[in-house]
This record gives sequence, C-alpha cells and structure tokens, in this order.
Amino acid sequence: MRPDLALIARTVRRGARVLDVGCGDGALMAALRDESHVDARGLEIDGSNVAAAVGRGLSVVQGDADTDLRYYPDASFDYAILSQTLQTTRRPDKVVEELLRIGGQAFVSFPNFAHWRGRLSLLWGGRMPVTRLLPDTWYDTLNIHHVTVDDFRALVKERGWTIDGQWFLKGDRETTHANANLFAEHAVFLLRK
Amino acid sequence: MASASISPDSRFGLRREARLTGPLNLSSGARLGPVDIAYETYGAMNADRSNVILICHALTGDQYVASDHPVTGKPGWWWRLVGEGKPVDPARHFIICSNVIGSCMGSSGPASIDPATDAPFAMRFPVLTIADMVRAQAMLLDYLGVDRLAAVIGGSMGGMQALTWPTLFPDRVESCVVIASTARHSAQNIAFHEVGRQAIMADPHWRGGDYYADGQVPSAGLAVARMAAHITYLSEAGLTEKFGRRLQGRDAKTFGFDADFQVESYLRHQGLSFVERFDANSYLYITRAMDYYDIAEDHGGSLARAFAATRARFCLVSFDTDWLYPTMESRIIVHALNASGAQASFVELSSPFGHDAFLLECPELNRVVDGFLRGGGA
Repeated sequence: MRPDLALIARTVRRGARVLDVGCGDGALMAALRDESHVDARGLEIDGSNVAAAVGRGLSVVQGDADTDLRYYPDASFDYAILSQTLQTTRRPDKVVEELLRIGGQAFVSFPNFAHWRGRLSLLWGGRMPVTRLLPDTWYDTLNIHHVTVDDFRALVKERGWTIDGQWFLKGDRETTHANANLFAEHAVFLLRK
Repeated sequence: MASASISPDSRFGLRREARLTGPLNLSSGARLGPVDIAYETYGAMNADRSNVILICHALTGDQYVASDHPVTGKPGWWWRLVGEGKPVDPARHFIICSNVIGSCMGSSGPASIDPATDAPFAMRFPVLTIADMVRAQAMLLDYLGVDRLAAVIGGSMGGMQALTWPTLFPDRVESCVVIASTARHSAQNIAFHEVGRQAIMADPHWRGGDYYADGQVPSAGLAVARMAAHITYLSEAGLTEKFGRRLQGRDAKTFGFDADFQVESYLRHQGLSFVERFDANSYLYITRAMDYYDIAEDHGGSLARAFAATRARFCLVSFDTDWLYPTMESRIIVHALNASGAQASFVELSSPFGHDAFLLECPELNRVVDGFLRGGGA
C-alpha cells in the first residue's frame, strides 16, 4: 500500500465510519475494512476504478469530489479522507470545507510541490518538474492545483481549521517536521474544524 | 427445517404457477383476487433461508430468466448474469423470477378470465403500478416461505421493482441491484409510451380491448408500438454501426415505401416477432404502470425519505449510451441514498449498445454484480 495510505490506515480508529474521497480501486478501504472493522464508503471519479472497488465488495460511488460531496449529510462520518486528490480538484479549499462538514476529522494528503528536487528543476532548468512523485508533464498532469506544505498550512490558518496531526514522508519513510516544506515529498494532515 | 425446504416440493422448479387468494390491495384502491403468478425457481434454499435472490423482469420480459423460452425457444433473457458460474448462481442461490401482474405469460393480466363474468378482463382489469407488481411478488414470497431476500435484482422496469422493494418492505431486503433504471418516469419516457399506446388503440382490431374472442388482435398497432420503443433501447452510434444507411437486399433505392433500408427491415422484424409473444392490452397496462412510477412522489416528494427505513445495501449501474434512463437518473438515486446514509455503490459502465446494454455481453457488469453480492455475503 502507498505509504501515505498505510499511515492513514494505522491512524484511523477501529470501527470508525470513513468516507474515502478519491478512493481509487479501494485499496485503503479494503485494508480499513479487513484490519480495523471500519465502515468505509468511497467516492471515485474513474469508472474502471469504481468497478474494481465494487468488485471487491466495497461501497463506492462514481462521482466527482468537486460536485458530489454536497449530497452527503453533515457529520455523517468520523473521518473523511482525501489522499492525493486535493491537487486534482477545481476548488481544493471548498473540497476541504466539505470534508470537514461531512467528517468529524479529515485526512488530507498531497505531494509537496516545494520539495527540493522540484525547486532545483525550476531554478536551474527553468522547467516544470517531472520527478518520481510528479511523473507527468505539465500538459497531461491531472494535478491542476500544485500546493506546498507551507501553502497548505497557510490555508489551514486562514480558514481557522485545527491541525490534529501532521506527517511527512520521503519515499516510504517518515521524515522530520523540520524544514518539511523543503524535504518532504508527501504531506499528510489530520484536520478538524 | 432444512429438509422440508430442500425436499421435492411442487412449489419449486421450472414453469410453476400459483393461484393466491389475495385479495391484493392495489395502489388505485381496487382489489385483485385471486391473483395468479407464473414463476420459476432455480437452485435450493439453504437451511436458514438466507440465499434467496429475486430477479425482476423488464416491460416485455418474463419469468424465463435462465431457462429456454417456451414460445421462442431462445435461452433465458438474462443467462449472461444468471446461471451456473454466473454472479447469480443456482449452485449458491435460491433464485426466483416471476411474471409481473398485468403481463401475459401466466400471471394475472388483462387476458385473464374475470371470475365475475367468465370472460377476459380486457380493459376491465384494474390499472396497476410498479408497487402493485412488487406487492404481488411479496405475496408469492409468502407462499414460497421466504421472509427475506438476500438480494433483489433488476434492469430497466425490473430495476424499478428492485428499487421499490426496500421502500415497501424495508425489513425484507438485504441488498438491491438496480441496473439501467430510474426512480421516476420522465416526461420523455411517458411521451414514448403514449406513442405506443396510441398506436395500439388506433388499430381497428383493438376494439376497446375486447379482441380476445375472435383472434383478430391489434398486431399492427402493437408492432408499431414495439418498433418505436425498440429505437429507445438502442443508441444512435449502435444503429449507425449495425446498419448505417445500408440498403436491404437491393442495390438501389426503390423510390417506394418498402423497407429499403436495413434499419427499417430490422425494426419491422422486431415488431412482427414481438406480436407473436405479447398481448397488446398487457402492453397498455404495463407501460401505464411505468408512467405512474415516481418513488419520491409516494414519499412526500423526498426520494431520500423513501429509503429512511431500510438498512439494505444498494448497487446502481448505468450505461453511458443509455438515453432512455440516462446516468443522471441513477445519480439522483445515489444522491438520495447518500443523504439517507444507505450503503450505496454506483458505476457508469461504458457500452455502445444503449439501454439494451444490460442484457448484452458486459464482463464489467458481471464483475460489479458478483463483487457486490459477495461483499454482502450473498
């Protein structure tokens, strides 16, 4: 399992109610269900991913985080999870607002665009970074809102959300909070309103 | 208890018929009784009767879901989904499929004899709703000794029945599969049905529905109704691929009104073969039931409220080229299920075949239904 998902799977309470937004083929949901008896529901935009997830017995609805979250009632889940999807949404701020309305807490994970490799690529090459984590060229990437750790922290502060937890990843390993904006490839935040 | 349900029992098997005393209280306020229901069962009920799956058929479908049709000799209409090694499998499931009331394959309908007059009901048969069809199925389950359904599954009008089941009997359904269907008939759906009904009623042989005595049936009107409806089951791309503008058995246009084009010939064939197996009055009654169908209307205008009492799991599937019950109709249901907190899955599958896709080869559909059923332990 992807390291940010493994981290989330370890942190979610047993038996919790979870909405996984952008759940892909349901790998995290299946792990949560099988290992933590979590009641997991999913939202996923890609039809073949949904078919794969439903095919493994998961409750997943095909839909779009930008438009379909409003149909979920307030506080209907313990956690809403948005892993590696924030940067693909049209209005990331509104999507996180919706997560915090639907879930008691929200996990948000994203690739850190300010990682030093990306910075070097821009600084020396003058080109948009194409790295192991951001493998797509600027014209065919699904990532339409690149975000850095510090950008996200600024948004959290501006909206008055509370950070209940934050984790930073380099490859498969957790890395230090110090200078995360420079050294973290991935960030995972646990927020509440 | 197990042996009682597994031992040979005349209620179970192919080509069964039950006469149930009723009466069935219909949505219109009328009562129907006795109620005849023609049905088939496959497989065996397990000891705790937890493996029962009800299959609901579409407008012109019947109970022969997985066995050869007695009139046409064709294999069961959903053999791709129901059968040995399929998602609905008689080796694991006890499968029931019954002919809807109002139809003409053995269940009570306008061609049935009215016990009050000893003549066919014809248009004196009460107008039905989808809910009435479901209530009749519930009566059949009582007769078969089935309390709860592990799943109710249907496509098109069968999906309407499947979706209605947990709203009427929230404690009798554990999961619900609704394919290429909707929670209400749209103005466009009603409009197409009205064209079909008017074609039947304009046939001089229809005679107010009293055509059973002399065998002069309104086949021309029914064939036209079927032709118009059949177009709505296909997609523009599918028709273009299958027929294009190709001519039928000729090299040039005739400058006449024969079936010059292959698509005309195909539609005429569809119409003609349909009248051999279907009753025109049944077509009127069943299309009417579909037009009256609006689950939200029956629950104070709120679709979410319709599902408030059920704990059933739902699986909805739409097809991207289905313009009869387009994906948006399934999304409306999904949003209502999300609002009511129900466990719901939904996927739009890709197919070139329009509405008919649910009956055709679609490995993804089988994968989704199989995974969904197994996910609920069925």
